[in-house]
Amino acid sequence: MTMVQTKPESPNTDADDQGADLRLAAITKRFGGFLAVDNLDLEIPAASFFALLGPSGCGKTTTLRMIAGLEQPTSGSMSIGGKDITGTSAHERPVNTVFQNYALFPHMSVLDNVAFGLKRRKIRDHQAKAKQALELVELGHLSARRPAQLSGGQQQRVALARAIVNEPALLLLDEPLGALDMKLRRQMQGELKRIQTDIGLTFVHVTHDQEEAMTMADTVAVMNQGQVEQLGAPRELYELPRTAFVANFLGKSNLVAGEIIEDRGDAVVISAGGNRLAVRKDRSTTHQGKALIGIRPEKLRMMWPADAPADGSNILRGRVLDSSFTGVSTEYLVEVAGIGPVGVFSQNHGQQLAAPGDDVVLTWDTAHAFGLDGDEDTQAGAREAEAAAT
Amino acid sequence: MSLLTAPRSAKAKPEETRSASEIRADKRRGRVGYLLILPGFIFMLLFFVLPVFSLLATSLYTKPPGADIGQFVPALQFSNYAAVLGSYWPELVRSFAFALIATVAALAIGYPMAYLVAVRLRGRKLLQGILLVLIIAPFFTSFILRTQAWKQILADEGPVVAVLRAMALLPEDGRLTATAFAVVCGLTYNFLPFMTLPIYANLERLDTRLIEAGGDLYANSFTTFRTVTLPLSMPGVIAGTLLTFIPASGDYINAALLGNNQNTTMIGQVIDSRFFRVVDYPGASALSFVLMLAILFLVILYVRRFGTKELL
Ligand SMILES: Nc1ncnc2c1ncn2[C@@H]1O[C@H](COP(=O)(O)OP(=O)(O)O)[C@@H](O)[C@H]1O
Ligand SMILES: [Mg+2]
Repeated sequence: MTMVQTKPESPNTDADDQGADLRLAAITKRFGGFLAVDNLDLEIPAASFFALLGPSGCGKTTTLRMIAGLEQPTSGSMSIGGKDITGTSAHERPVNTVFQNYALFPHMSVLDNVAFGLKRRKIRDHQAKAKQALELVELGHLSARRPAQLSGGQQQRVALARAIVNEPALLLLDEPLGALDMKLRRQMQGELKRIQTDIGLTFVHVTHDQEEAMTMADTVAVMNQGQVEQLGAPRELYELPRTAFVANFLGKSNLVAGEIIEDRGDAVVISAGGNRLAVRKDRSTTHQGKALIGIRPEKLRMMWPADAPADGSNILRGRVLDSSFTGVSTEYLVEVAGIGPVGVFSQNHGQQLAAPGDDVVLTWDTAHAFGLDGDEDTQAGAREAEAAAT
Repeated sequence: MSLLTAPRSAKAKPEETRSASEIRADKRRGRVGYLLILPGFIFMLLFFVLPVFSLLATSLYTKPPGADIGQFVPALQFSNYAAVLGSYWPELVRSFAFALIATVAALAIGYPMAYLVAVRLRGRKLLQGILLVLIIAPFFTSFILRTQAWKQILADEGPVVAVLRAMALLPEDGRLTATAFAVVCGLTYNFLPFMTLPIYANLERLDTRLIEAGGDLYANSFTTFRTVTLPLSMPGVIAGTLLTFIPASGDYINAALLGNNQNTTMIGQVIDSRFFRVVDYPGASALSFVLMLAILFLVILYVRRFGTKELL
């Protein structure tokens, strides 16, 4: 990756670009009376792959456009590498965008498209540098073509090359893979990740695809209705969601409402539909009163009533409503009295499968459960997750 | 690989496997196409091709000795061309100069108007509609009436002259009517919609995300305009400038109503007077023909220099 190592006339000389953190402070954006982004605080460390994940309409694009300078915030401030950029216009910011529809210039060759930003900043050898960037995305042989003569996937790479060739402090990608088919999308996910690691730029990647966010990003911010619900490493978000929205939007969760009835010191016990369900205190946002307890479907163990422990916590008895065998695993829906339907993913170990109508017992490790505020809607984010998946 | 390509090659039928009925259907479609262009073809033949030949023939007629006014006989008198060019080349050059200035002025006025309506006001349908109607509104009154109105506006007793004199931008005895300035103003005004509308139609389709991409790639708004917006709107600009320049160079109303009879005469006026007053049909025809060829020549030069593939 020679193109970044030799950077004598690096674009953003004053902001030591590779070490430039982005900081948003209390950013709010209103469109008329509509609150698109609500008092957003965000810090994106340099050289990280940061994903902004959320359902359509939650304000991801608006946030990205404010960072790019294509939209000005109604209030709040932002800085890159400690330097305030609030109110500056797009062409003054050390930031480049890969647009959702690519926005390639149709009247220019692929090479001229890529060289555009370099020429504007009067960088020497812009043609050679553009050529190098095109080679990085494996399109060196198509540099004389017009964008209209390229496939969607190729246009996407040109858009990427056109942005990274400028070695911006921050590269913004707005659903860059949204228009590609599934196979190409998976391939480009790997490629984007490789390029990011190779050149070490900060990537801010907007997507509504949770799988994409989790496989690519170091840090994921889950956004909902103009606010960040939770931010962290993908594993952290998945294993310990802090809101019902995150629990349902990022993977699936069984959320059960109940009342905390016992404090065991390091854990609390929640009573729900006559069952005693334990959750560790450090994994619960609430320690008394009403609470939701959440368990991921794959964390549930399903057994026959004869094999189940006699009594205690973390035991749910129910009847299989529905089962679907997918090969690697079987997905069950189990009706539990007093709680309702509970989803279970059971990995295929060659065990005997349960059929609808069978009585089963569900159990799990206390360490896998998480507790949420009792006021939350158990279905929050579930519909959005479904919409995002289609 | 063969699995992937198999259905595709089945879809694209090679010529030899096409059935006879498909080929017949193709031929029928071809015939319908020709039938549809027939009216236009006949129209062009009757009202363009034949008149041009008639014009060419007339331009070579000669006046037999002792003939009455307006009496000519067919001939091949090429000296008609030398005669009219020798007498009227200044008017020809002036026509093109006036038309050129008017075209540039109309572009300078029309492009920003088109840009405002098509790009800046995008999405505000009502305002766009009102402004478009205002651009087209002058067409609702007659060309001559509008030009006559300009004569009033620019008249010596009119408000414009009064203000300019008061501001000392015009000498005390200075005037606007009966000057080259007035003629060019009239031309600019009268052909402005022809400039504005094609540019509007083009800019209306401009993807504004490209303008944002320009800004994102370190181009300020002027550079973005120069490198993105303007090149993309060139087809509209070319169409607009042609639709302005061509009629403006042959126009005689503006020069007749707003000019004087000495240094603002345009070639259209000369042709008009050769035809209807002097009754010199060959001379008028020769001038018309020269004007036509000159415009054609200039247009080809222009389009080859700036044009897009769409036009040539
Ligand atoms: N220019 C605008 N004018 C009015 N509303 C807007 C504008 N841009 C976005 N919005 C609204 O703001 C919300 C967030 O939009 P957006 O940031 O595009 O969402 P996302 O990218 O997450 O799908 C949406 O409800 C959208 O309708
Ligand atoms: Mg969006």
